[in-house]
Amino acid sequence: MGETLTIALSKGRILKETLPLIAAAGIEPLEDISKSRKLIFDTTDSRVKLIIIRATDVPTYVQYGGADMGVTGKDVLMEHGADGLYEPLDLKIAKCRLMTAAKKEAEPVTGRLKVATKFVNLAKAYYARQGIQADIIKLYGAMELAPILGLADEIVDIVDTGNTLKANGLEARELIHTISTRLVVNRASMKMKHDHIQSIIDLLAKAVA
Amino acid sequence: MTVSDRWLLPDGVDELLPPGARVVEQLRRRLLDNIFNWGYELITPPMIEYIESLLTGTGNDLDLQTFKVTDQLSGRLMGVRADITPQAARIDAHCLQHQGVTRLCYADAVLHTRPAHLLTNRCPIQIGCELFGESSLSADVEVISLMLDTLKLAGLEKVHVDLAHVGIYRGLISKAGLTADSERAVFDALRRKSIPELDELLSDESANADVTRMLREMANAAGGIDAIMNIKSIVAGASQEVLNAVDQLEHICTQLQQRYPNIQLGFDFCELRGYNYHTGLVFSAYYPGFGQAVAQGGRYNSIGTEFGSDRPATGFSADLKILASLVSPNGVELPKGILAPCDDDPSLWSAISSLRETERVVQLLSCKDESDASLPDSSVEFECDRQLVKENDGWVVKARV
Repeated sequence: MGETLTIALSKGRILKETLPLIAAAGIEPLEDISKSRKLIFDTTDSRVKLIIIRATDVPTYVQYGGADMGVTGKDVLMEHGADGLYEPLDLKIAKCRLMTAAKKEAEPVTGRLKVATKFVNLAKAYYARQGIQADIIKLYGAMELAPILGLADEIVDIVDTGNTLKANGLEARELIHTISTRLVVNRASMKMKHDHIQSIIDLLAKAVA
Repeated sequence: MTVSDRWLLPDGVDELLPPGARVVEQLRRRLLDNIFNWGYELITPPMIEYIESLLTGTGNDLDLQTFKVTDQLSGRLMGVRADITPQAARIDAHCLQHQGVTRLCYADAVLHTRPAHLLTNRCPIQIGCELFGESSLSADVEVISLMLDTLKLAGLEKVHVDLAHVGIYRGLISKAGLTADSERAVFDALRRKSIPELDELLSDESANADVTRMLREMANAAGGIDAIMNIKSIVAGASQEVLNAVDQLEHICTQLQQRYPNIQLGFDFCELRGYNYHTGLVFSAYYPGFGQAVAQGGRYNSIGTEFGSDRPATGFSADLKILASLVSPNGVELPKGILAPCDDDPSLWSAISSLRETERVVQLLSCKDESDASLPDSSVEFECDRQLVKENDGWVVKARV
């Protein structure tokens, strides 16, 4: 059958670690993605196209069926909600931790806790589970500034080495979730293009193991 | 509020304009006529009713999807229907009270608080059929056949049918020996086919190892016809409920293959859509290029208990707007009309009247120079490919120049 498959990959660090994995599944972009401004790439497998987008947009594209499969972080999936998606494989790359952090030796907070984060839903759910009523402030970047400037008492953010926190006088506190990169699949595609998609999943699983 | 805000419709609320509205209406008539030929009777339940009857036995999902208002007459809570199926079940169990088989169909607007998925809006037109009073598999086969017939008539031929049975999961999980919390987590992970999470959740040593192995393998067992063989070997030794469910799936698959030798059939044993109210076979139809199911349904026995009559039930439904949009995004070729001049001649009136019995005739309302194309009467004029012209003493239809 002449069906084509579109795979949405996340830009940036995840992309660098994803390319060797999909190469193991016989899919390599025909040109150097890092040197091109294109967004859609043909691959060595004529039935597969790659699109390169922000990690946060991957679930949306895959839910719409604009892409059949996608690669994105578990943090994005948990924050976005993964309704209508399958997430059959942990690619075990771009591993990090979703943590709370606060100023070193900060005084305990009395009254309502203010939390700055870009993971609004995850933060709300986490503090609710802890029995803490928290006001969540949505920020888009540089979370570390919020406690320093008194905007928030704590932040919820992705921690990799912890160096950014340290450099800004913050310390990591509680682990909310370990994060790694997941393969997601559109439900309708999984059914209609099952054999093709399953063969890619199997090859990726072998490459990961 | 500025003028530019005043015309805005709420998010996810759309309206059908010409010619789209006509396309949808013609499709509705064509589909309902065909469904009628299968023996299904049309019902038109109310747009709004008390929440208790609207949400009976349907679970939390439908509750969230339903707009609610207070009845100012009784003070009771009413809901704007988000699904017509429970209304059909109420009508069957309470209003009709037939002993034998009842076949009902409907095509009406429903309203959702949130779009059901990214490819639809908040006001779909739900068309569907429900079959009550028959628990045998022949009822399921009839309903799936009617769904395929409906899709074919709507112009969607190359559909993929996905079959599942909630009895497999239900039978396994009840014997798994998991805590209620883990059960919820397993359910959620299975729906997302998250194998890594399942591995973690099912490694619980106090659980029944046989059953957890089956659950884990089941998540990977989806696929085409051969998947039924896989699932048979996976659940060999499971409880009778599970084995019965697999047998039912196999039987229905064989029946469908006989009726539709060219159909693409597939199985997904962890399809848990509507798990709260489905009781047996569930099915959905997918169409290439569309990222969601175009029609879906399944068995929901015993919903009628709450209305005083325990009746087996199965049915399917689809969104007419989505069906119409898939047939042709720019609308189907609609028949063109005949343009009649502005003339008080009584013979013109009688010519128009007799033509209108079968044709669409648009009469110009002002006697502008009709040869002047820059002065159209209205856009309707352009939907006419012929015109009425006076010749000798009579009016004749000629191609429009």
